Amino acid sequence: MSAPHWIQPHPQGIYVAPADCWVDPSVAVERALVTHGHADHARGGHGETLATPETLAIMDLRYNTRAGAVPVAYGETLRLAGSVDATYLPAGHVLGSAQILLEHAGERVVITGDYKRRPDPTCAPFELAPCDIFITEATFGLPVFTHPPIAEEIAKLLSALAANPEACVLVGAYALGKAQRVIAELRAAGHHDPIYLHGAMERMCRLYEELGVPLGELRLVADHTKEEMRGAIIICPPSALNDRWSRRLPDPITAMASGWMRVRQRARQRNVELPLVISDHADWHELTRTVEEVNPRETWITHGREEALLRWHELHQRKARALALVGYEDEDD
Amino acid sequence: MEEFADLVDALIYTRSRNGKLALIADYLRATPDPDRGWALAALTDGLDFPAVKSSTIRNLLKDRVDPVLWSLSRDFVGDTAETASFLWPEPLRPVDAAPPTVSEAVASLAAMTRVSVMAELPRLLDRLDAKGRYALFKLATGGMRVGVSARLAKIAFAQAFDVEVDKVEEYWHALAPPYSELFAWAAEGADPPDTANMPLFRPFMLAHPLEDTEVDLADYVAEWKWDGIRVQLVHVHGETRVYSRSGDDISATFPELIDALAIPAVLDGELLVRGSHQGGKEGGAASFNALQQRLGRKTVSKKMLAEAPAFVRLYDALAIGGDDLRALPWNERRAQLEALMPRLPDSHFDLSQIVEAEDFARLAQIREGARDDAIEGLMLKRRDSPYVAGRKTGLWYKWKRDPLLVDCVLMYAQRGSGKRSSFYSDYTFGCWTADPDQGGELLPVGKAYSGFTDEELKKLDRHVRQNTVNRFGPVRETDKSLVFEVAFDSVHASKRHKSGLAMRFPRIHRIRWDKPAHEADPIEALRALVKE
Repeated sequence: MSAPHWIQPHPQGIYVAPADCWVDPSVAVERALVTHGHADHARGGHGETLATPETLAIMDLRYNTRAGAVPVAYGETLRLAGSVDATYLPAGHVLGSAQILLEHAGERVVITGDYKRRPDPTCAPFELAPCDIFITEATFGLPVFTHPPIAEEIAKLLSALAANPEACVLVGAYALGKAQRVIAELRAAGHHDPIYLHGAMERMCRLYEELGVPLGELRLVADHTKEEMRGAIIICPPSALNDRWSRRLPDPITAMASGWMRVRQRARQRNVELPLVISDHADWHELTRTVEEVNPRETWITHGREEALLRWHELHQRKARALALVGYEDEDD
Repeated sequence: MEEFADLVDALIYTRSRNGKLALIADYLRATPDPDRGWALAALTDGLDFPAVKSSTIRNLLKDRVDPVLWSLSRDFVGDTAETASFLWPEPLRPVDAAPPTVSEAVASLAAMTRVSVMAELPRLLDRLDAKGRYALFKLATGGMRVGVSARLAKIAFAQAFDVEVDKVEEYWHALAPPYSELFAWAAEGADPPDTANMPLFRPFMLAHPLEDTEVDLADYVAEWKWDGIRVQLVHVHGETRVYSRSGDDISATFPELIDALAIPAVLDGELLVRGSHQGGKEGGAASFNALQQRLGRKTVSKKMLAEAPAFVRLYDALAIGGDDLRALPWNERRAQLEALMPRLPDSHFDLSQIVEAEDFARLAQIREGARDDAIEGLMLKRRDSPYVAGRKTGLWYKWKRDPLLVDCVLMYAQRGSGKRSSFYSDYTFGCWTADPDQGGELLPVGKAYSGFTDEELKKLDRHVRQNTVNRFGPVRETDKSLVFEVAFDSVHASKRHKSGLAMRFPRIHRIRWDKPAHEADPIEALRALVKE
């Protein structure tokens, strides 16, 4: 069987022809189906945005997109124009993140957006959906990427903190998803001290709490003195790690929570002293296991290290192609 | 091995010098003999396991991992050992044995042959986790790349046991790994090793760049800075050694010098190859290119000895006839060196001449006038300077000639390794064969990977990625739109390059974002700078 003609990859996103709508388009369109709230997937300015209520709330925080917002709950099926059914399923990536299952003319297509299979206290777990065409990400699509259990990385963070009571540990973490997951995992590990936030983190953390993800006592760095922050964990966006902003902190130990931290020189390039291998994306084993479990007729790869995942498909006699979508970034995860 | 693996990783992530010193010192205090000695040797590149090479690691992995997945991974990670440590398949059944100690790993690596390594190295690897495998690979193949120089390790050793670093330096070269006597002396107060009758390396005295300073020639003396390699010759009890700047014993590479020095002495000079390129026909030396053919060889053919005979242009004497001269002022050492010269065969030794000038301004003129390609510039030495290890401010200066400059066009880029893995940081650039409007084409003339800041590297990396027109494996061909002002010390005729030219020390001097590519220099401009 050949690839379905009704689902068309373009550099700026995936076009669903019968329904005249786009999935995660990188330009403003009339109708967009959005998988999750990260800026490279969710852009403002669409006429209509179909997404989970959490994703819509996140987009509203960033682009003020209340107009044209169409909430879709997990598991709910929407009938779109041209007899296309769309069902949003949890992707386990960040709060509100969804895979989009499209059904048309007896064919099932799943677009994962970004996803992971590991437990995450801040979002619903990934739900497996068998399909004909599996359109997946491949951010960590190289066999060198094995994300360790997050408990090990949180333990590393807490022991660095305990060993340096006069200093602080500054953790660079993506403002949407990673930051809240690190905080929630710290709480789960029994760390109940106040956690300090860079100003850019505040609104998203508050939103998570409003949406039912408790994060414990959070304080803003700007409201506190150097002395108060000794022995504390401070969370900031990765871009602020080596910024002048961090000079106000008491002898910070620079940490970063990212899947890229697996590679030593990547950590060094960022001047990271305490690399924490924590990712919200599937690692190599999750990617390949998911393809095996979904068992699609064909895999399409949206972005990431697609060459290696293509090679894996070839080695396992599976059909796959790379879409080379533009505008999806992965440097900070 | 786990503690050593932790140390290696901690050193990678720790940037401050004091932080690194503390990590090594803590490890040396906490670790028993002989593990700590082997670890110290590994950190300072003092171990060599001939059976284990980087290619051994690749071959081992080739049998276990798909070659395409391997090379994609290697290209991304930028380090063979690290890639292999990740991709090594975990054993199917858990291995009973505990991770090997450093000593056990060293003993086992040393016993391996090129044949047995394929079966025995896997057995060690199966007992380690990814971090341990990385440390083992690095230990086995050398080149730890943890930002620790031999000097830093010695300072850490001195700090760990509260002993003098100069003594550590001196005894170090008398001993072999795992340095049991060094630890016995420093940690347990045993007698120091007896070094008087050993052909030991003494740390070199080094120079600071002169920058904008002017010196008074009443206090300083000038010598030419020759373009060879700095060596130290030591003769004690009928034994001669030749040491490179880093203290490596390179005697086997230059056997003609072993026989030439038969007087007890420690001499400092520039190793050169006979020729007329530097300093004219009389007593002249060939270009660095000629010397390069002889470097890095473990054995030397007769033909090579005849075609490229080495000699040493002497700068200084650290000891003569058993007397240590290092505490004496330079002019007294120089007098003793001059007095020694008649006793040395002039086939293999000559004396670095003093460059006379009335004053500093005249000296600057002489330096500018000497367009002798291979002379790097001038050395300025305080007349009363003792011979001290390392760089001491105000004693010796190097005053390099201004570099030559040429505008070239970026043609190809390749990813760097180590800290620059993932960045396109190695650049091949070219000059025009003729006026580009008249059908001239670009011909590669050189390659550079330095001279730019980290910020510029990011911009260059972006430029390469956005302007790629072709890919050949790891190499990207660019659209040839960017001009580099390339600085270099000299340029020579070379049969090895398509352009017929080889630049010495090319580096990116300025990135000319503003300059159109067709305004870059023609290859003739570069050829005109060749001096033979």
